[in-house]
Amino acid sequence: MKTFLNLRALMLTLGMTALAAQAQESFKIGLILPMTGQQATTGKQIEAAARLFMAQNGDKVAGRKVELIIKDDGGIPDAAKRIAQELVVNDKVGVLGGFGLTPLALATAPIATQSKTPMVVMAAATSIITEASPFIVRTSFTLAQCSVAMGDWAPKNGIKRVVTLVSDYGPGIDAERFFKERMLLNSGQVIESLRVPLRNPDFAPFLQKVRDLKPDALFVFVPSGAGAAVMKQFLERGMDKAGIKLIGTGDLTDDDQLNDMGEGALGVVTSHHYSAVHPSAVNKKFVDAFKKANNGMRPNFMAVGGYDGMRVIYEALKNTKGGQGGGEALLAAMKGQIFESPRGQIFIDAQTRDIVQNIYLRRVEKKDGELYNVEFDVIKEVKDPGKTK
Amino acid sequence: MSTTSISLGAGSRARWWEFAVWILLLLLPVLLPKHSLLVSEITIIALFAMSLDLVLGYSGIVSLGHAAFFGTGAYAAALFAKHINPDPLTGLLVATLVSAVLGLVCSPGILRGSDLTRLMVTLGIALILQELANKMDHITGGADGLQGVLMGPVLGRFEFDLMGQTAAYYALAVTLLVFLLLRRWVHSPFGFSLKAIRDNRLRAQAIGIPVHARLMAVYTLAAAIAGLAGGMQAQTTGFASLDVFGFDRSADVLLMLVIGGTGWLWGGLMGAVLFKTLHSLVSALTPQYWTFWIGLFLVLLMLVGREKLLRPWTWGRRS
Amino acid sequence: MLTLLFDGVAYGMLLFVLAIGLSITLGLMNFINLAHGAFAMAGGYTLVLLMQKAGWPFLPSVFMAFAVSALLGLVLEVTLYRRMYHKTHLEQVLFSIGLTFMAVASVDYLVGSTQQLVQLPEFLKGRTELWDGALGMGHYRLAIIVVCALLAWGLQWLLVHTRFGAQLRASVDDRRVAAAMGINVNTIFMATFAVGSGLAGLGGALGAEVLGLDPVFPLKFMIYFLIVVAVGGTSSLTGPLLAALLLGIADVAGKYYVPKLGAFIVYTLMVLILMWRPQGLFTRGNA
Repeated sequence: MKTFLNLRALMLTLGMTALAAQAQESFKIGLILPMTGQQATTGKQIEAAARLFMAQNGDKVAGRKVELIIKDDGGIPDAAKRIAQELVVNDKVGVLGGFGLTPLALATAPIATQSKTPMVVMAAATSIITEASPFIVRTSFTLAQCSVAMGDWAPKNGIKRVVTLVSDYGPGIDAERFFKERMLLNSGQVIESLRVPLRNPDFAPFLQKVRDLKPDALFVFVPSGAGAAVMKQFLERGMDKAGIKLIGTGDLTDDDQLNDMGEGALGVVTSHHYSAVHPSAVNKKFVDAFKKANNGMRPNFMAVGGYDGMRVIYEALKNTKGGQGGGEALLAAMKGQIFESPRGQIFIDAQTRDIVQNIYLRRVEKKDGELYNVEFDVIKEVKDPGKTK
Repeated sequence: MSTTSISLGAGSRARWWEFAVWILLLLLPVLLPKHSLLVSEITIIALFAMSLDLVLGYSGIVSLGHAAFFGTGAYAAALFAKHINPDPLTGLLVATLVSAVLGLVCSPGILRGSDLTRLMVTLGIALILQELANKMDHITGGADGLQGVLMGPVLGRFEFDLMGQTAAYYALAVTLLVFLLLRRWVHSPFGFSLKAIRDNRLRAQAIGIPVHARLMAVYTLAAAIAGLAGGMQAQTTGFASLDVFGFDRSADVLLMLVIGGTGWLWGGLMGAVLFKTLHSLVSALTPQYWTFWIGLFLVLLMLVGREKLLRPWTWGRRS
Repeated sequence: MLTLLFDGVAYGMLLFVLAIGLSITLGLMNFINLAHGAFAMAGGYTLVLLMQKAGWPFLPSVFMAFAVSALLGLVLEVTLYRRMYHKTHLEQVLFSIGLTFMAVASVDYLVGSTQQLVQLPEFLKGRTELWDGALGMGHYRLAIIVVCALLAWGLQWLLVHTRFGAQLRASVDDRRVAAAMGINVNTIFMATFAVGSGLAGLGGALGAEVLGLDPVFPLKFMIYFLIVVAVGGTSSLTGPLLAALLLGIADVAGKYYVPKLGAFIVYTLMVLILMWRPQGLFTRGNA
């Protein structure tokens, strides 16, 4: 407790002096992203999206120049925390953003609280993150939102007995828990819950085990980028031929990798908040611009989280006339924002500071010669069910 | 053999520049207040590298898993602060003791076999610990890391601030103390016997040096100091995650030690400063591909040889 | 159970092909080459790039993977590795780690960091179920077992029944005497290193489907190669073969029966084995 009080005094003094100089200085946004390591694709997508947003909307908001600083944390929480500290203390950023994995966001949360800097989580997806600091706002999604949607859909479509397979970390455990609860609520059954290590996962033995259990379906959550490996093993073991359906959250059929997965992925049903082929004008514009700026790379849900995160920051800057009132005013301006994102309508809940959005059910189909997640059903305005406070 | 007899005695007196460097180091948080975080980070890694020097430079054991003890110290200190007592110094003591015990338990593994065997055993132990920390996630937080470590003030007065000043002084003070202790140690008969073992184990055994006992002792000591460094890391960052056991960490510290030079305690410090500065500079230029340049540097360093590549006054330092 | 055994054997054979080059290099040149995984990765990426960008079919691409890695090994041996032979193990380790870092970053830069997916030819896809599902054999894994077994047999034949093999064995046993007998040790080193790297590349190509392929492949799998070599020893072919099979089966079985512990079992097993028999399980006396 004492640490907080002393720091508040320090920060207040710093804040006062900073305020005076603020109007002339540029507003800095510090993005902490995993640019190397296992989650490097997340970093790449978010960086591309952030830069696209700035290219489309200019780098001046309410008379102030906006500067983007991007740092690599390599997926290591220690590094993320230190980088955040340096960004806040040395570079004097007005807002922190990014956070490719839950541990990275959780490690940085105390920094946001202590320095009163708003933190926009653009990728990480465990429910408790927004509770780690009153300065956290999320524009990505939570696993709870997606898993609950699937837990509703599956039993209504002939899937009663399921085995869950998730990566062993925050979002994975969330996915497992919420899916299970919802299945039980709908008189379904989760006969076994398997957890795969986050680093260097080897899916073959786990999938073999699933095969031997003979469920109606396998529910999978793995982080963005690992879906292909699961799909491969699933097909190799002939599980589709053995009558086991593959369902999961959209991370499994990540737009980034989907097209390379081959025809075996056709028909897989997933629940998620964004598909690159979402039929709206806003999305089409976004996808086309993204592809053009990035050598034909398709944007995925990480990119959209980054894109919308930048929008939230820009809107807040506009509403506070260039960031007057410091971090707390910015935060207040972020809460309750509502707008149309490439994924659909979203708003930032003023109480929980988490994102409320539509969750779509999609099936992998071929469109224009490429594989896409085609939406066939939607559950509107899903609030994160995972909040404990 | 005249060089040996000169260097045996020569190293034990402190040279003037050693005092100068230490005074400069202790003043760094004042001179470079914006970089206090970096200063404390480098100091902690330098301590870690120093502990590896004991094992590698003075005893000739190639270890690719020294992070095992660093990580143990980190988690021990973090868990102690979270559940028992947030006082930093007590936590540090606990971290050191726990790592020392682990070092003692593991030391029989490095006694026998070839270089490759030792490499594998040390690597294996670090990996096992990493897996354990991952599995026992109700204690360690698993892949999400250990949250909620709030440290009390050092000596009851100095709080850990956001700027990192307290952390920097804390790290520097502890490292200086340990450095002084180690200096006495390596210039004692114990230290000399270690060098003898490193240079020719069979001969050392022949003249009656209890090789196994000495090796176990030095390994335990190195483990204790690595744990000390790890504990400080956890305390100054308020966080512990699985990466403290990672291969990257073991490899990085090995690299730093080799850059700085093994066999003289300053190697750890010099190497840490050089490596971290290099890392900061290069990764500011290319955040994604800096490993390439580090790799290139490493290859060149090994091909050309440290002495030729770095300053010439390091010639004749190897004893 | 039988399927597990089958999977484990396939995995083990793959590891054998990947690691045998390392074993021979270590035994012959006393050089700890941690960059061995990078050659495997080179082979894997050769396969993927040829198939995806140049449209080559699977089998010729696999062959090219071997060729490219072998060539790479040859070039690097002559230019770089040769200078490192007389240096200490520590310097060799760091040198090879440096090479690995460079390889990883280069691949990341040139190709990107996403997992590479291999499109297998039709005749390798598919699965055969025997005895009512008790034994399920993926055709690809079956192919791997066959190919690797042939390679192992071929290598053994090479070592035992050819002149080159005899010279190689002589050089491994005692380099100086072999040189004194007129054996051109430098050429042997070069050829062996090239073949070892080529085999690694072949393993990487074959394994891309099973083990996955991304820029951090060398770092991820280095530990497995090292385990095979450390436990299997460097003085024979059968040592690493048995060690690889043991590792493969233990890993797969461990993850199936005790998923909570997973890789932990393999590491513990390795440490215990090495502490009990530091020279490896299958060597006679000193390595």
